[in-house]
Amino acid sequence: MNLAFDIFTVSAVSAGALFFLAGTVGLLRFPDSLTRLHALTKVDNLGLGLVVLGLLPQANGLFSALKLVSIWLLVQLSGAIITQLIAGAVRLRGPHG
Amino acid sequence: MTSFLFGAAGFVLAMAALGLVVILRRPAEVDHMMAAQLLGTAGVAILLLLAAATETPPIVDVALLLALFAAFAAVAFVRSAPDRESEVSKATSDG
Amino acid sequence: MTISSVFNIGLVVLILGIGASTIAAREAFAAVIAFVVYGLLLAIAWVRLSAVDVALTEAAIGGGMTGMLMLGAVARLRFAKGNDSPASLPARLAAGVLCAVIAAGLATAILVPPEVIPTLAPAVMDNLAQSGLGNPVAGVLFVYRALDTLLEKVVLLLALLGVWSLAPDSVWGGIPGLRVYAQPDRTLTFLAQLLPPVGIVVAIYMCWVGAKEPGGAFQGGTILAAMWLLVMIAGLQSVPSISQPWLRLLLVIGPMIFLAIGLAGFVLASAFLAYPSGYAKALIVAIEFALTLSIGVALGMLAAGPPERVQQP
Repeated sequence: MNLAFDIFTVSAVSAGALFFLAGTVGLLRFPDSLTRLHALTKVDNLGLGLVVLGLLPQANGLFSALKLVSIWLLVQLSGAIITQLIAGAVRLRGPHG
Repeated sequence: MTSFLFGAAGFVLAMAALGLVVILRRPAEVDHMMAAQLLGTAGVAILLLLAAATETPPIVDVALLLALFAAFAAVAFVRSAPDRESEVSKATSDG
Repeated sequence: MTISSVFNIGLVVLILGIGASTIAAREAFAAVIAFVVYGLLLAIAWVRLSAVDVALTEAAIGGGMTGMLMLGAVARLRFAKGNDSPASLPARLAAGVLCAVIAAGLATAILVPPEVIPTLAPAVMDNLAQSGLGNPVAGVLFVYRALDTLLEKVVLLLALLGVWSLAPDSVWGGIPGLRVYAQPDRTLTFLAQLLPPVGIVVAIYMCWVGAKEPGGAFQGGTILAAMWLLVMIAGLQSVPSISQPWLRLLLVIGPMIFLAIGLAGFVLASAFLAYPSGYAKALIVAIEFALTLSIGVALGMLAAGPPERVQQP
């Protein structure tokens, strides 16, 4: 059982790290601010979600696991709203403002 | 498992570092505002991985605070960017 | 070289790089953002040094509050009509030499420690169980050096008075000039409705858990201040004028309760700030809750700045 958990953790966390890589590549290569913002928020949040998923079997106890999930939810929700705020700033100032 | 988690944390740190270098070198201010967003996700991931790697649950609390304050810092960045004065005014007594 | 030391080295390189970019930034806004990033990364560094309480405070103060304060200063500077000439060369040289001397002193202290490093940590851990606390930092703050903590809270109030005294006489007692949004920004309003309840729960949790695990009144108070500032910036609540009685009561209630319990120690436990045996933890938790409120209000008002308008009757 422990081995199955460990394999799950390794694969989920590795997938999450790959998504972080993809997000950074997006930051590097996308042409303007809005697309970069899109890459950063969507992809990095997905990476965080996979990392949290992978860490769930390693948590000791239900309370710790719930804490991990609620942190992910908080980052997800606040990240979505912050992205809208930054996008509003981009709209106001143009993509190179 | 511990080495793997440390390695994953190091990888995400490298990705965050690369992202920060890219963001902070661009001239536009809207790009700099994304730094809070970047740290809010990557930083939280790094701390959660460190918490599991060192088996220290209180580090998860640091991740929670980082998430909260990265959001707060992002609001401060967006609000204070120059040339936004038309939208922002001093507090009024009937606000 | 183990993976954890590779991680540490990478973190240090990143922190130094961000520090350099803070100094090299051309504009104040970019420099402040880099500085906030620096603060948030330092929180990770504190975690690697096993100082989780400090990491919590660094994430709260270095990440949120310092950024807010400095961005407010940058915004005010934009309107200020000072002379734009940079500081003279001798002044900059003197500042550089002073910084270098301090850095050299710190480096010597860390790299060349004395033979037997003086530490009271074992004594702290030995006697901690008597107070019922599980967190040695809370033990140092509220049991062994409670006097220092009490004085620090008073110093925080004095700092707030210092900020308030920057107001011209005509608007004393007025409303701080916190910059808020004139028309409600729907996105920001949504955030200001979503985040503060979460923040308040986390603040209470931080204050409560500080007795046993890393946490405590200061971190909880900073969260409360940030949530309050968010609500005010979004326009959901008006910035209070500094003469409001409830504001002043909340500011002093923390230090007052702390002082009252300290004075009661004369009667109940034979010394100032001594706790009667068996009641130490309960009293400390009560002090921490009151302090969380006071710190939250004080930090929020510090970030709001000196009064600038008079309350309309």
